[in-house]
Amino acid sequence: MTHQRRALDTLEIAAGNGLLHRRAFLTSGAALAAAMTGYTLSDTASAQQLTDAPWSTKAGIPIPEYATPSSYEKHVVRTLTNPKGEPRTQHARTPHHLVNGTFTPNGLHFVISHSGAPDIDPAQHRLVVHGLVKQPLEFTLDTLARYPMQSRMTFVECGGNSAPLFSNEPVQANVQTIHGLASCAEWTGVMLSTLLEEAGIDPKAKWLIAEGADSLALSRSVPLSKALDDAMIALYQNGERLMPGNGYPMRLLLPGWEGNMNVKWLRRIKLVDQPGMSYYEARTYAPVLPNGKAYQFYFLQEVKSFLTHPSPGLKMSGPGFYEVSGVAYSASGRIAKVMVTADGGRTWAQAALQEPVLPKAFTRFRLPWKWDGGPAVLQSRAWDEAGNVQPTRAEVIARRGQTKTPVTNPTAFPSQHYNGPTSWAVARNGEVTHVYA
Amino acid sequence: MCMRNALIAIALAVLANPVFAQGLGKHISESDVAAWDISILPDGTGLPAGNGTPQQGATVFASKCAVCHGENGKGATAAALVGGEPLTSGIETAKTVANFWPYATTLFDFTRRAMPWPRPRTLTNDEVYALTAFILAQNKIIGAEDVMNAQSLPKVRMPNRDGFIPRFPERIP
Ligand code: HEC
Repeated sequence: MTHQRRALDTLEIAAGNGLLHRRAFLTSGAALAAAMTGYTLSDTASAQQLTDAPWSTKAGIPIPEYATPSSYEKHVVRTLTNPKGEPRTQHARTPHHLVNGTFTPNGLHFVISHSGAPDIDPAQHRLVVHGLVKQPLEFTLDTLARYPMQSRMTFVECGGNSAPLFSNEPVQANVQTIHGLASCAEWTGVMLSTLLEEAGIDPKAKWLIAEGADSLALSRSVPLSKALDDAMIALYQNGERLMPGNGYPMRLLLPGWEGNMNVKWLRRIKLVDQPGMSYYEARTYAPVLPNGKAYQFYFLQEVKSFLTHPSPGLKMSGPGFYEVSGVAYSASGRIAKVMVTADGGRTWAQAALQEPVLPKAFTRFRLPWKWDGGPAVLQSRAWDEAGNVQPTRAEVIARRGQTKTPVTNPTAFPSQHYNGPTSWAVARNGEVTHVYA
Repeated sequence: MCMRNALIAIALAVLANPVFAQGLGKHISESDVAAWDISILPDGTGLPAGNGTPQQGATVFASKCAVCHGENGKGATAAALVGGEPLTSGIETAKTVANFWPYATTLFDFTRRAMPWPRPRTLTNDEVYALTAFILAQNKIIGAEDVMNAQSLPKVRMPNRDGFIPRFPERIP
């Protein structure tokens, strides 16, 4: 123990309140690991003599055809706003504080559905491409399966993710409630450009209208330039068919663009010369500005980062070493840099970015931290390769405004497209709360 | 060239040529898509034949919409379709047909494709025109006697028509 302490005390301090240099893990890994304390959802048990546990002295349970997580992981679930499917929107939020890495497991990928998930028979599903094309075309799932496919990791984020940060006072909620409407997966499918070129694009076409086979026939207008750049008809999500809530059997994938535009249960693409001004673009996903005007066509999910560890609900189990970590992402390419503070923004240390750092995908950042047991305020800020900086909350609020009274329902949407930082305060007792700093 | 090399050569040619047409899509005509093609553009393109008045709309509304949107659209479990605070009241101001929607065609389009919520796409085009007329008249955007059809609807000027700023103008075609 003395030996470990000595090793830890020699680690390079990178910023105030105990943030260590991001190389500390690499150079002193063993000593650090030995002295690591951990985040707990409840209090830690006291040490005991090691003996064989019952599960080690008999054969285990049979392996099922389709695996589900351990029965001890039952709390690792999405939170739902409308579990009975009443006539209003449903939201299922990703538990960022209970997962790690960069990909969201399919069962935990966030979902927003304005009228539930249609139960689509893939054999009967059709995708039609028509409008300003030389030859309208119809595709079955079997036909699409014969086309060359590509896989790409990309995040999808709802335009309304992080909306509680528009509250004039910090909403007491965890990272799942605040940022749970963003997830990242590997999507595999056919490039939309391949299908559009086969149909033959009429030079008059400037937009396309994508429409789903859900009961609301949800539709969004997409500039043709995006469709020909990196849009995909996604058929697989993390290697398996899309989840029903994520668009089974096919969805439009517009890497980095507002979640609602990635039309699920895709059945129709119409090339047109002007945007349709559908309900969801003309009304729902157009945020109001303080002067009474509103932003229209807020296509991009701009550079953002947030800390998942620690975060509210993950109690710090005593002073000592922890890994501070979170995710960063941008519609404008790769994450270039993430800075972390533990003293509310006075001093900053650069976090290590976990490879591979992919464009328009979650990037996991990590930094060792020696918590001295005193009050601390943690926050992260990200930069992308296009030179965009995650703005401070004050900068976001100056442009976008905030509510006049505190938001009482943490799952409400006072506005959309917040990409400022989130601050977590650590109290002496190890509790983590949401604050503005 | 042995068989394997020939296959590799073909595969490389396919990968290298992005405009290689697979030609697997089934050729159809616009008339085959007609039943699905419910897109309405703000200039009125796509609006079907038919017409309706606010008065006719009031009757349909009472039987098919009021259960969720309240009597005369005053709001209940689902959003109010009449009235609305000025948008300068705050960023969280509820967006309504009267204070927010830029195009009247969106009202026709959304009602036809999505409403009534439990039984979408069961309304006749005349009913959709009548409901659109009713909601616009309740908001005093059109007169109580105005008939809505493919010609008149796109001409309706919504109060907040000029209230929008494209967030990324360089990306608007
Ligand atoms: C079972 C309840 C229900 C019924 C019945 C119903 N609606 Fe709706 N309506 C909704 C819900 C829920 C939404 C919100 C949809 C969303 O946000 O995705 C909505 C949204 C709307 C909107 C958009 C309102 C706004 O300003 O955002 C209009 C217009 C509308 N409905 C018209 C109608 C009409 C006309 C009828 C009758 C033909 C009707 N609705 C029947 C539940 C209902």
